[in-house]
Amino acid sequence: MVMSVSLRRFARKLAFGFAVFVIVSPAILVILWMLSLALKNEVDNMAYPPVFVPSTFNFQNFFDVIERNRLDLYFLNSILVSGFATLVAIAVGVPAAYGIAKAQAHKLAVLTLIARITPALSYLIPLYILFQWIGLTGTIWPIAITHLVITLPIFIYVMIGFFESLPQELEEAALIDGCTLWQAFRHVALPLARPGIVVGGILSIIFSWNNFVFAAILGGRQTRTLPVAVFNMLTFEQVAWGPLAAAALLVTLPVLVLTLLIQKEIVGGLTAGGVKGG
Amino acid sequence: MERDAVPGEMLATRGRGFGHRYLPFAYPALVITAAVIVFPWLFTVYMSLHDWKIGQDREFVGLANFVRLAKDVRFLESIGHTLYFTALAVVLPLVFGTAAALVFNERFPLRGLFRAVFILPMMATPVAVALVWTMMFHPQLGVLNYLLSTVGLPPQLWVYSPGTVIPSLVMVEVWHWTPLVMLIVLGGLAAAPTEPYDSAKIDGANGWQIFRHITLPLIMPFLLVAAVIRTIDALKAFDTIFVITGGGPGTASETINIFLYLQAFSFYNIGYASAVTIVFFVIIVALAVVLLWLRQKAKWS
Repeated sequence: MVMSVSLRRFARKLAFGFAVFVIVSPAILVILWMLSLALKNEVDNMAYPPVFVPSTFNFQNFFDVIERNRLDLYFLNSILVSGFATLVAIAVGVPAAYGIAKAQAHKLAVLTLIARITPALSYLIPLYILFQWIGLTGTIWPIAITHLVITLPIFIYVMIGFFESLPQELEEAALIDGCTLWQAFRHVALPLARPGIVVGGILSIIFSWNNFVFAAILGGRQTRTLPVAVFNMLTFEQVAWGPLAAAALLVTLPVLVLTLLIQKEIVGGLTAGGVKGG
Repeated sequence: MERDAVPGEMLATRGRGFGHRYLPFAYPALVITAAVIVFPWLFTVYMSLHDWKIGQDREFVGLANFVRLAKDVRFLESIGHTLYFTALAVVLPLVFGTAAALVFNERFPLRGLFRAVFILPMMATPVAVALVWTMMFHPQLGVLNYLLSTVGLPPQLWVYSPGTVIPSLVMVEVWHWTPLVMLIVLGGLAAAPTEPYDSAKIDGANGWQIFRHITLPLIMPFLLVAAVIRTIDALKAFDTIFVITGGGPGTASETINIFLYLQAFSFYNIGYASAVTIVFFVIIVALAVVLLWLRQKAKWS
């Protein structure tokens, strides 16, 4: 009797472990396959049946792909675009979220909802023409500015939730002591909001970094971002699988590592609003 | 949206009447929003009423673009493709996401790490993911056909055949976005009370009965939120479809969004494309409203 109970418990644990394994395996397998393709030489990559573990670990793919496709330039572009769009989102998004949370102006928050619903392409047609008219085409500015469509709603959404969860008493005390609204915000609410700003900022950077369509249309030869550069490798050049997978891995690796490092904060921020860029 | 309601009401009793003093904090963001969101919208409406090709004169044509759309077989087919893609790309992540959330709601060693690994697909760069799937779909050298052959199934053409291209693209979408559904449902499970479970155990209910009669009703509001978000995102899906098939073979996977892209940025028919944008937006809002209405209905019964 005792034996069968512990046996059953063991069997249940085993079944549960198997369920966890089945659930995470699609994510792991696709990412490992990307890694495998990136590290194999062309002979291994073109073999059938496929070779899973490279016969020799071949880091040459990474060097080749960076050198031949000027990925260093596009890497810099991506950093500038995501950095600019996120910094502006923080600068105007923190006070905006604070104001919306305090005034309960949820009708204003609906604007961010509309941004969430509208397909990215529909902003692009008018903005494409606008940037032509004011002569910004060919610079990195159109991309950086349009990425605000991604970063600002995500950031404001995370921050509204964050400010509403903060206790009111400290600010009220500050106001009674004669602080202006701005001073109460600047010296009381803002320092408390720092963790929220970090989470919102990281999510903004990731979704801006990942975005493809804005830079695909607005980016030129010098100004495209990394995802666009990698896509162009697929279409305009006959590139072998190894370098292609290496390029894909280079684009997405920073995001994957960041997600694993601060998964708790990212999960918290994502659940706050079911946010997603694009 | 929903979660704002409760703290908002609590605040309202305290600060009503003074709230407007806080509105200036939102002005800079409003200016930017007006520039990058409201302006494009108004301009889109203006453009949709014109026959306008980039580099040519524009001419006011009233609703002619919309009339033309209603008769454009390629556009009507793209609506069909979009709805087919969306139906699968909403239902499957909801099923798999709920199953995954039930697992991640249990306590087990390294749960945080496994959960982080599980959400990696939704954080990964879509273009990078699409490239890897393109290689996996390859009919001769792709790893998917190899995996099929190991279990004795015949090789498939995946995205290279009009019959299987949309289900294949759905597979990528499911892989990509099931984690988001999991996170939303997991939030619902975390908020669920424990009492009904205790009494069900005393009554000797089995696992399926507990799920069907206790868990499912408790997480239903969250499932509907997930359904709304998934519907919006699936309708708008672009990156992976564009990179993997570009709408092909032929026009077999041309969704509204791909059709819109081709009209605007391959053929430069921006007047016509603006009309597509407006119809597309109406479709998205209509489906979202239907789902929200279902949610209200579920609440009342």
